[in-house]
Amino acid sequence: MIHVEYYLIVSAIMMFAGIYGFLTRRSTLAILLSIELMLNSTDLNFAVFNRMLFPEGHEGYFFALFSIAISAAESAIAIAIMINIYRNLRSIQVKHLEKLKW
Amino acid sequence: MEYTLFILLLPFLSFLLLGICGKWFSHKLAGLIGTCSLAVVTVLSYWTAVEYFTMPRLADGTFETLVPYNFTWLPFFSENLHFDMGIMLDPISVMMLIVISTVSFMVHIYSFGYMHGERGFQRYYAFLSLFTMSMLGLVVATNIFQMYMFWELVGVSSYLLIGFYFTSPAAIAASKKAFIVTRFADMFFLIGILLYGYYCGTFSFDSPEAMNMVQGGFILPVALGLMFIGGAGKSAMFPLHIWLPDAMEGPTPVSALIHAATMVVAGVYLVARMFPLFIAYAPDTLHIVAWVGAFTAFYAASVACVQSDIKRVLAFSTISQIGFMMVALGVCTAMDPHEGGLGYMASMFHLFTHAMFKACLFLGAGCIIHAVHSNEMSAMGGLRKYMPITHITFGISCLAIAGIPPFSGFFSKDEILTACYQYSPVMGWIMTIIAAMTAFYMFRLYYGIFWGTENKELHAEHTPHEAPLTMTIPLIILAAITCVCGWMPLGDTGFMPFGQFISSDGQAYHIHLDGTVAATSIIFAVAAIVLATIIYRRDRQPIADALAARFSNLHKWAYYRFYMDEVYQFVTHRIIFAHISKPIAWFDRHVVDGFFNFLAWGTNSLSYAIRGFQSGRVQQYALIFFLGVLLVILIMIL
Repeated sequence: MIHVEYYLIVSAIMMFAGIYGFLTRRSTLAILLSIELMLNSTDLNFAVFNRMLFPEGHEGYFFALFSIAISAAESAIAIAIMINIYRNLRSIQVKHLEKLKW
Repeated sequence: MEYTLFILLLPFLSFLLLGICGKWFSHKLAGLIGTCSLAVVTVLSYWTAVEYFTMPRLADGTFETLVPYNFTWLPFFSENLHFDMGIMLDPISVMMLIVISTVSFMVHIYSFGYMHGERGFQRYYAFLSLFTMSMLGLVVATNIFQMYMFWELVGVSSYLLIGFYFTSPAAIAASKKAFIVTRFADMFFLIGILLYGYYCGTFSFDSPEAMNMVQGGFILPVALGLMFIGGAGKSAMFPLHIWLPDAMEGPTPVSALIHAATMVVAGVYLVARMFPLFIAYAPDTLHIVAWVGAFTAFYAASVACVQSDIKRVLAFSTISQIGFMMVALGVCTAMDPHEGGLGYMASMFHLFTHAMFKACLFLGAGCIIHAVHSNEMSAMGGLRKYMPITHITFGISCLAIAGIPPFSGFFSKDEILTACYQYSPVMGWIMTIIAAMTAFYMFRLYYGIFWGTENKELHAEHTPHEAPLTMTIPLIILAAITCVCGWMPLGDTGFMPFGQFISSDGQAYHIHLDGTVAATSIIFAVAAIVLATIIYRRDRQPIADALAARFSNLHKWAYYRFYMDEVYQFVTHRIIFAHISKPIAWFDRHVVDGFFNFLAWGTNSLSYAIRGFQSGRVQQYALIFFLGVLLVILIMIL
């Protein structure tokens, strides 16, 4: 039986890796990947806490499934936006997205 | 008398229709719409007059004042003080309905010919309708505030029509001048109304209970005096007359309608409207009115003697005749027409006859200008051969204004002179001399146009021709009215029926000619006409040239209207603008504006300083958000 702490450590590493990636990556695509990483870490948390605290229930699993579905939809939209940005700016670097600045 | 509402409504609707959809109509259709609605209004006005004056009189011999409509439009703070809109019929307002609708109808017909093919024909008819509506609304006003409202509407339509030829700089300047001068006078009118309303607690023309509260004080004379200043602005009394000669830049039919027959007598009408108050509480103010009128009449008559632009001569003659009406009102000392109240009737009588013959003169001048394409007398002379109808009607009107019987002007002017002699012989003689001057300058004008030196070169190049029928028919009708309206016996009302309907105390007054006054005025008028004939009839005018050379300074002064415009220019520019307006403008620009500029500058620089927060970089936002969350967690843990 693997201890719950190990799951949480993995999840925390994923979370902070995602945050780090979100703050430091230059490409919007990489930022999107980081967001997915963060979402996955929360999904993991849902599953773990469901199993540890309420072994007879399934709500946490379902929630994780919903979250995955939503993140898929969200990345579809995000990629569509990126394609449009690319068409307009010929770049998807965050630093070029400054038309609405000031 | 519910149908009186249509008298106001029809011109208004035709104004809306022509004003909004006019540009899609043909000229003919637009003119027909305006003229037909005016024809209906005229019929209704005459019907109103017939019905009103055939009503049985009240027990005290006066006509009942009818108020077919009246509703409260704006209530003020106090209960008694409210701003009503309505229609009031009494002898003078019914008389004015007839004057306005008749002249306006004639001008509508006339304009068909005069404005033929003119750009903006539809707009012109729309403005005419607007003017007619406002003028009719002014005379049937039930209270002074409604009168003021329509007074301003009349002013604005006059402004629009003077500036009708908006491509000509002179017309624009003239319309601006007319508007500013009359607005300046109207400011005093408004102050007068507010004083009156505040102290008497009412806006109605006559309310004895309220009057008793202020009786003996100086408020009512002051308020009435201020209202008279408003009236003086509209009626071109000296020194507020400067706009009227310039207003002749407008189309000639407009001058006939607005600046001769109807709008400019609004001031006289106002004083007549407030007449019971003037007599009862402010007789001294009334006598000031008389002297202002007398001076204006003299001043305008002397200027009219030397002008060369025929419309200007007529404009100054209008000013002078309105002076006569003001004098007639001003010399009244009592309500009883037998005891010093004759002037009221005389003034209204002269207003009526003057509107007819002055409209005829202006329309005649329009025909002449139409024929020779110039306003200057030098382009005319000898026109009697070319334009017989205009010649005869113009001549009849000249005789009327000069005061030759049996034309209408004689009767009304004679009543005015009688009233003046009753007040004081000095006033009587002054007005008799001015009447003689009137005869002189009118016949100078008549001979200058139809006889005298013919401008043969110009006429050979472009032969003058009689105006079309649409223009001559109104002339003939107005001249016919001028011939008969002074003495026409109406039923059993006697030889001169006017006094039967309108008199200062409302009872039937039997007009009788004062033999001495009539004889004097006829002798003076005939002498003046003979003098004008001797001087101006011939081809060459040695006497006129000699006089002009002998009194060259006086001639020059009179020709330049005694430099009144220059005086205004000096006062407004050198004194008011330089020493009052400029410091105020400086204060406004530097202190008032400066404060707000400082506020704007402060906000701007503060925003500039903190704009770095809004970097637009998502990752920076996320970092700050993340750090913030960490901070919150730390605080919660600790």
